[in-house]
Amino acid sequence: MLRFSRTKIALTLGFVLLGLILAVPSMLTKQEREAYLKAVPSWVPSWLVPQRAMILGLDLQGGSHILLEVDRTDLVRGQGTQLRDDVRRTLREGNVQPEGGIQLSPRGVQVRISDAAARARVMPKLRELAQPINNAILGPTGARTLDIVEGADGLIQLNFSEAGITDRIRRAVDQSIEVVRKRIDPTGTLEPSIQRQGLDRVLVQIPGLQDASDVAKNLNPAKLEFRLLGDAGSTDTELMPSKEAGGQRVPVERRVIVSGSELTDAQPGFDQRTNEPIVNFRFTLKGAQAFAEATTQNVGRPLAIVLDNVVISAPRILQPITGGSGQISGRFTVEEVNNLSIQLRSGALPAKLVIVEQRTVGPGLGKDSIDAGVKATIYAAIFVVLYMFATYGVFGFIANIALIVHVGLIIGLMSLLEATMTLPGIAGIVLTIGTAVDSNVLIYERIREEARAGRSVVSAIQAGFDRAFATIIDSNSTMAIAALILFFMGSGPVRGFAVVFILGIMTTVITAVTMTRMMIALWYAWTRPKVIPF
Amino acid sequence: MRLPRLYPLRLWPDESHFDFMRLRHISLPFSAAISVAVIAIFLIFGLNYGVDFKGGTLIEMQPQSAEQRVPVATVRDKANSFGYGEVEVQEFGNDGGVSLRFPIQPGGEAAQGVVVEKARAEFGAGYSFERVETVGPRVSGELVQSGTIGVILAVLAVLVYLWFRFERELAIAAIIGTLHDIVLTIGFFVITRHEFNMTSIAAILTIVGYSLNETVVVFDRTRELLRRYKTMPTIELLNLSINTTMSRTAITSMTTILSLVALVWFGGRAIEGFAQVMLAGVFICTYSAIFISTPTLIYIGVRVAQRRQAQEGRGVPQPAE
Repeated sequence: MLRFSRTKIALTLGFVLLGLILAVPSMLTKQEREAYLKAVPSWVPSWLVPQRAMILGLDLQGGSHILLEVDRTDLVRGQGTQLRDDVRRTLREGNVQPEGGIQLSPRGVQVRISDAAARARVMPKLRELAQPINNAILGPTGARTLDIVEGADGLIQLNFSEAGITDRIRRAVDQSIEVVRKRIDPTGTLEPSIQRQGLDRVLVQIPGLQDASDVAKNLNPAKLEFRLLGDAGSTDTELMPSKEAGGQRVPVERRVIVSGSELTDAQPGFDQRTNEPIVNFRFTLKGAQAFAEATTQNVGRPLAIVLDNVVISAPRILQPITGGSGQISGRFTVEEVNNLSIQLRSGALPAKLVIVEQRTVGPGLGKDSIDAGVKATIYAAIFVVLYMFATYGVFGFIANIALIVHVGLIIGLMSLLEATMTLPGIAGIVLTIGTAVDSNVLIYERIREEARAGRSVVSAIQAGFDRAFATIIDSNSTMAIAALILFFMGSGPVRGFAVVFILGIMTTVITAVTMTRMMIALWYAWTRPKVIPF
Repeated sequence: MRLPRLYPLRLWPDESHFDFMRLRHISLPFSAAISVAVIAIFLIFGLNYGVDFKGGTLIEMQPQSAEQRVPVATVRDKANSFGYGEVEVQEFGNDGGVSLRFPIQPGGEAAQGVVVEKARAEFGAGYSFERVETVGPRVSGELVQSGTIGVILAVLAVLVYLWFRFERELAIAAIIGTLHDIVLTIGFFVITRHEFNMTSIAAILTIVGYSLNETVVVFDRTRELLRRYKTMPTIELLNLSINTTMSRTAITSMTTILSLVALVWFGGRAIEGFAQVMLAGVFICTYSAIFISTPTLIYIGVRVAQRRQAQEGRGVPQPAE
């Protein structure tokens, strides 16, 4: 055992060296890292130069963590209103008059048609409203968006199916992600990370952002509606403040022709003739049809573009708009047009997003945490290194080298994986400094025991390594189980701790067993001691 | 008289024959009483849950300059006048840092944001907000759930692992020790009023790992000695297991304590609580491995395991001599 072949030595050293080199980028600041990448001569192939660094968690670099959730009730309500319009249109096309109108129910809409013949006429059409649900990977699922129940007394209930709502929420989250990005980072300078989390959530992380309340305000989706200006005094109209008329209230028809959820796009632009800033928009197919129909029937009347219950402009319909796109003008400034198009795009948000969790750390606190963490790491290392040396002498020195390599390897692996280092992660490194030497202690104590039992130096060392090995595996496995569970259960910063711990357990076997063994073998070949030196 | 040698440093003599098992007559009733007491004070006083689990808003702010520092009593009065419920106000550090903890606001997820806006309007001019955390009712509920499941799952997973690697009796004894450590750690949280949050769950899971680590080292030796000394009386065997591993236990505890002391001293306010709990955990785990888990084996019959092992003619793989 105490002979290590050259290949084995080379392999071990190579692995350790590689791990340590990988750690280099993480030890540098961003500027230093760029400088060093420039300094590398061009003939060195790029894959030889480590570039990946671990990512600092928001708790260390400062920034905001915002967890958004699709408001399910709002989504269902919105879908319900839309469904009611669809049902109304279907009935009108079938020339069927529902008794008592079309009612919104908590899970959809209901309508009463007592006349059996009329019912039989429209039922197939109503059933067509239930659309098949497709899964992105599996294709058609067989489920439909609506459960349609026909009651004995002519009551027809169109309820959203559970699968339909789930599917809608999933699509709402997908649609929201881009919208949210445009909303919170219109200039593209904040470098936010925006990801789906679970079924109905979006996690937004914005490094460096200190006040998340602006984001919260921006996230409120604008409610956009296209209606018609009505006649004052009519029961079909309501009064709304008008931006063009300086806040004066104008009558607007209650009926919504198309709502913002039917917009696919809105971009700032300029009118080709007047050079006035405008917003170009495009409808979905369904929106385009409804809009074409309404504008055809109402040429000459003023349209009302209503944003958050304010009429922002009321252009006259000069001709039927059938192309599915259009423009909004209203004496806007360039900035207003930019904001409005962003707002309109998020007006296309299919549902309200609610902030369910929000965490912000200032950059000062983050920097203090890094400094404190580094200081604690250094002191912990000094304490443990001195203590191990005092206890084991040369062997302690060997354990200390293994310990320092161990910490280096954790950082190297984290850099390679581009894992996130958090404050609890730093605590994990400090704690690891204390626990990583346990493997060495187990081996060394066993060696001493075997020597006391009368074995020769070589035989004691050999037995020490062999017998301690099973214990090292057992004790590290129990630790690893706890750490793995923490990784899967924990979130954010705590996960950083779990990552450090898991990597630490993996590398300790390499440093405390293989590397220590090699160093002791070399030391033995060099000094040929007659007794164990501790 | 011989002076103790400074090098090599020894915390525990090489040859020891201390009768650890004798102390079980004190340690087992003592720990049982403490555990019951902890559960009682836990039920009476409860944990000082942080916003992670309780929901609500935490704000930590630092005066922008010494002149803008406001007496903490004034901050408390102002915060309580917001009408957002009872606010816990605490001072920290030496530079006038103040932490405010607002309870969860009625009205669901969307109703939580107003607290920070109001606080910014009131204190934002003189103070910089170093940390703001708002956790709504849904997320806090989920965190409680995942934290609890995490701890339970960890204990079960380790139990299964030990069951496979050791005998059933050893696994059960190890888990009894671990449960004891979890209870006492929670007791530490109840008494010190340390905030209990997600990081505390990390601390508890780490303590679970450390506790088993300590126990496994002793039990590995017990298993080895069981094979070597087939006729040695249980108590003697267990004493021998502990005496022969005691030197290692002392050294590893020492290195862990040293690193945690560094963390308590230099790690900063955000991590201090975690480090203190871990430090207490190291003492609890070391104690329980020696005085709880090991003596438990006397009662649940380690010899049964040995006999069964002999009958079935199966041995746990042993490293080559």
